[in-house]
Amino acid sequence: MDRPAQVKSKSLADAKIMKVAIVDSFRKLNPRTMVKNPVMFVVEVGAVLTSIQLVRDAMHHSGEFVFGLQITLWLWFTVLFANFAEAMAEGRGKAQAETLRKARAETDARRVRADGTTEVVPSSKLRTGDQVLVAAGEFVPGDGEVVEGVASVDESAITGESAPVIRESGGDRSAVTGGTRVLSDEIRVKITSNPGETFLDRMIALVEGASRQKTPNEIALNILLAGLTIIFLMAVVTLQPFALYSGAPQTIFVLVSLLVCLIPTTIGGLLSAIGIAGMDRLIQRNVIAMSGRAVEASGDVDVLLLDKTGTITLGNRQATSLHSCPNVTEVDLASAAQLASFADETPEGRSIVVLAKEKYGLRGRELAPHNPIFIPFSAQTRMSGVDMDGTEIRKGAPEAIDKYVAEKGQVVPPEIKDIVREIANAGGTPLLVTQNRHVLGAIALTDIVKGGMRERFEHLRAMGIRTMMITGDNPLTAAAIARQAGVDDFLAEAKPEDKMALIKREQAKGKLVAMTGDGTNDAPALAQADVGVAMNTGTQAAKEAGNMVDLDSNPTKLIEIVEIGKQLLITRGALTTFSVANDVAKYFAIIPAMFAAAFPQLEVLNVMHLRTPESAILSAVIFNALIIIALIPLALRGVRYRPVGAAALLRQNLLIYGLGGVVAPFLGIKLIDMAITYLHLAKGTL
Amino acid sequence: MTANGWFQIGLYALVLFLITKPIGVFLTRVFEREKTFLDFALRPVERLIYRLCGVDEGKEMRWTEYGTTMLVFSGVSLVLLYLIERVQHWLPWNPQKLANVTPDLAWNTAVSFTTNTNWQAYTPETTMSYLTQMAGLAYHNFASAAVGIALAIAVIRGVSRHESKTIGNFWVDLTRCFLWVLLPVCLIGSMVLISQGVVQTLKPYATAQLIEPQTVQTQGADGKTVTQTVTQQVIAVGPVASQEAIKMFGTNGGGFFYANSSHPYENPTPFSNFFQMLLIFAVPSGLTYTLGRMTRSQGHGWAVWSAMLALFLVGVSAAYWAEARGNPQLAGVDQHVSAMHSGGNMEGKEVRFGIANSALFATITTDASCGAVNSMHDSYTPLGGMIPLVNIMLGEIIFGGVGSGLYGVLVFVILAVFIAGLMVGRTPEYLGKKIEAFDVKMAMLSVLISSLTILVFAAIAVVAKFGTSSISNPGPHGLSQILYAYTSSVGNNGSAFGGLNANTLWYNASTAIAMLLGRFFVVIPILAIAGNLARKKMAPASLGTFPVTGPLFTILLISTILIVGALTFFPALSLGPILEHLLMNAGKAF
Repeated sequence: MDRPAQVKSKSLADAKIMKVAIVDSFRKLNPRTMVKNPVMFVVEVGAVLTSIQLVRDAMHHSGEFVFGLQITLWLWFTVLFANFAEAMAEGRGKAQAETLRKARAETDARRVRADGTTEVVPSSKLRTGDQVLVAAGEFVPGDGEVVEGVASVDESAITGESAPVIRESGGDRSAVTGGTRVLSDEIRVKITSNPGETFLDRMIALVEGASRQKTPNEIALNILLAGLTIIFLMAVVTLQPFALYSGAPQTIFVLVSLLVCLIPTTIGGLLSAIGIAGMDRLIQRNVIAMSGRAVEASGDVDVLLLDKTGTITLGNRQATSLHSCPNVTEVDLASAAQLASFADETPEGRSIVVLAKEKYGLRGRELAPHNPIFIPFSAQTRMSGVDMDGTEIRKGAPEAIDKYVAEKGQVVPPEIKDIVREIANAGGTPLLVTQNRHVLGAIALTDIVKGGMRERFEHLRAMGIRTMMITGDNPLTAAAIARQAGVDDFLAEAKPEDKMALIKREQAKGKLVAMTGDGTNDAPALAQADVGVAMNTGTQAAKEAGNMVDLDSNPTKLIEIVEIGKQLLITRGALTTFSVANDVAKYFAIIPAMFAAAFPQLEVLNVMHLRTPESAILSAVIFNALIIIALIPLALRGVRYRPVGAAALLRQNLLIYGLGGVVAPFLGIKLIDMAITYLHLAKGTL
Repeated sequence: MTANGWFQIGLYALVLFLITKPIGVFLTRVFEREKTFLDFALRPVERLIYRLCGVDEGKEMRWTEYGTTMLVFSGVSLVLLYLIERVQHWLPWNPQKLANVTPDLAWNTAVSFTTNTNWQAYTPETTMSYLTQMAGLAYHNFASAAVGIALAIAVIRGVSRHESKTIGNFWVDLTRCFLWVLLPVCLIGSMVLISQGVVQTLKPYATAQLIEPQTVQTQGADGKTVTQTVTQQVIAVGPVASQEAIKMFGTNGGGFFYANSSHPYENPTPFSNFFQMLLIFAVPSGLTYTLGRMTRSQGHGWAVWSAMLALFLVGVSAAYWAEARGNPQLAGVDQHVSAMHSGGNMEGKEVRFGIANSALFATITTDASCGAVNSMHDSYTPLGGMIPLVNIMLGEIIFGGVGSGLYGVLVFVILAVFIAGLMVGRTPEYLGKKIEAFDVKMAMLSVLISSLTILVFAAIAVVAKFGTSSISNPGPHGLSQILYAYTSSVGNNGSAFGGLNANTLWYNASTAIAMLLGRFFVVIPILAIAGNLARKKMAPASLGTFPVTGPLFTILLISTILIVGALTFFPALSLGPILEHLLMNAGKAF
């Protein structure tokens, strides 16, 4: 099956998307669609007005037909370019939805009847609470939870990740998604969603933009743009009486041109494209945001709550060193430790076997002749080990071992007690190894902090974001790892309710909190957090509670999500600033041109030395239209974000988009004027 | 332009800087109800007032209640003033036996003084009795100033508080402003002015015997020209000094005499001139410090102050340059500075003030919504006269009116934060509070109301007979006159391009509406923002939050003010003063 992530490789100018977008830009001319975007709606009304005037001029053979025609055409182009930008942004989402839809194909499901027998029904007939059996090679017919069995599942349809994942009943890896394929074994799945409401359905709706609602900041920005539009509308409408008073009335073409150039069409035309593109960038990183609001909020995050395990440290603790008693060699200790861990299938246990093998050259031994009896880890004894040939080898937590050796009147030697304390102080977990109730030494299990985390946290700090590590470890261990990883703060011995309390506490201070989670017990905290990213491998409850789902189930991705949120906001701000700053140059192009005939003295204001009044006005209108097209790539790609402080970021962006926004149109309009003169498109340029 | 001229402008800026902090600290203490050195005398009076009026000084108001109370208070005082004007003929303290004021003029004047505009469509010394001047107009000079300051304090509270439903008690703010701020300063201020020679008397107008009799020609009732010999001159006097201090300190600007602060009885000496100019900016400048202090971000207060100062200095420099340059059409006339004369365009200016102090006064009075004048703006060169016009058009926020300057500039602060705030990668925040749709809506509403009122009324006036008939000069200067009238009304400034005959039914009615819109319809949305901000949570500042301090923010704020303000009015200005200037250079005058 196709990887949806292939959209990533599609360039901005994918021919197929573009063709659809061009058709869509005409479809969007429908006034009922346009009215949702007040700025562009005003342009459309202006274009209609000049079109009517053009027809009247043509019928009466009056006016400047060629000039009027060009202005009218460029006004329509302005509207179309803005529509095209939005259609391009939507087009990329649609292409992805297409791929997802393939995964939603109707399949047959084996529904379990009350008496335990199965019946074959189409997947669309399944309802919440139904149980189905899915065997190797079959598709999971709908979202659900594994209630029985364990299987490897190919989830590439959703995640794009081709390596199969394990899904098993109970625990935090029980959720399966409709449209994925079971590769081995058979599982019994309890369906948790009705057709049309599945995860896949929601994803398709989201990427298509069907359920797209304006985000709070977008609404506020729209109000600003509408307000500016009204101000400029009145400035232009009242200009006609002033012009009449001055004895230099203006034509509708000129007035509409001035209006369209002044109102913030650049940002007005690109605003919704920026929003859609922001969601799209998340999708390309395999994160599905349930709403645009969540994407916006991620830019505002003040505190990141990061689970230690899997996010800051590599999955599990690993054995890193052995410390033997004075009268025991390290090799003997290593040998005993390895024997005690052969039956221990936990990652920690395996890491002990590996350490003994790599550091002390102890390879797997033939144990069968010794009639080994493996003692698995149990919650009561908190030890594991092996009995063979009358030798009793155990390993376990220091307190457990303490009790275990005391039963035979032995004690843990003081040297080892010191070592145990040292390991704990350094953030590690100590284990003791005994042979026939004599302590041989200690194993240090330590967390391995992922590479590059320290730098990332420094970046976050520069952005003004505080990172907080959440761990079940004791405060001592937690502090050591927090220091090592460079996080700002930590919450030790954290229970789910502590996490919740922490989030509420930070929120009460006015801060926005982001976190990741996958377990059912994370769900309340995920729901409480302003940005809750659920892992796709997590439970259904977690996915429902969060407002984003990471299909790659990579907790570190939270940092990227924050960056994407910020990038979205910066792009909006940059283009708004650019758009408003553009007006200065347009005034200097149009105002002298309007009154050049009546008052030649105003030519002083024509600082760009535009060739003729007609070409000046035309140049400004053309620039205004072309700048929308020119900025579409920036709107879709987003302004580059550098993790530096707000002051530095503001200085840099003000320079580029504020000052640049003032200067660019002077150059652009002048160049277009030269082209118009060269092509003899305006009167007097012949 | 002379070194002495620049020195005086520089000295003014320096002294302004020096008084900003003390005033700001004092205002904070007064309105935060902390201890001040005046408490021993004023606290008992304050308590008595509350007891008599039944005000519970511990009770705080939501923004809606604060706003409503303010509107009711202003409405009642407006009607009272109207009534006094309408019956002044029968009331005491009218030694000149002046007639009752006509309804449209009385209404216009009542609105004008209630809104802190002091637009005067009449000649005071021949229209208003002593009682009207003192009980009516002077009272409003105090009341409208106190209302403005109270509103600014309420708005600052909204910005500085968090998770609070209320923004203070209007009655308490008003009373404390009267007792602690306005009365003491005006008492001392009047004394200072009297020491300079400003008159203060309740006696009738003085009569002087002319040394040389003058012959004047007037038109008799039958239309024939009558030649008269005049041997006596009537000199208008009155309780001027007491009115003068609050006229400046409350940024009211309504003169006792028609000639306002160019009249030697209102403004006799260079020192009184300097003192009056300082009184205008005292509270508006101090309030920026109060803003910083109450929001615990002194840097922000200074950043706002710096933006105001920069715009002020640009304005005064441009006006000084334009006026000192003189009129190119007077070729052959010596317009250069010399020991004998001040050079430049002296038309409409007092010789004792000269070019620099006239340009400085004109800039200050229009930066603040004062409107007092010591020279006639109508007679400035086109560009020199454009500066006062642009100053008002920007929204009276270059220091601005008492209180209104500060709450006015906060609208631009919010817009600046909103537009550029996104560029730091967070949804916009102002001092830890999110700027959301409601705040933007109200800020835009406030900006829209003022600019639309100016443009729409001016547009009607320039094409209608009842509008253009009042113009004294045709062409672009006439457009400037009309633009100035409405800009001054909406900005609650009150100064005028005197050539326009504003005492007509149309101008009295339309400027009154413009003044009401410019005052109350602008402040209500701002009060709404304050109430909304007060309710919000305040996130502590971090490296990632938008900086509202420092030079970068100052530049940003200036740019926002210029872009929103200048772009709105550029088309109109280009057909008015700019065109007039270019035509003047080309040899055509109006």
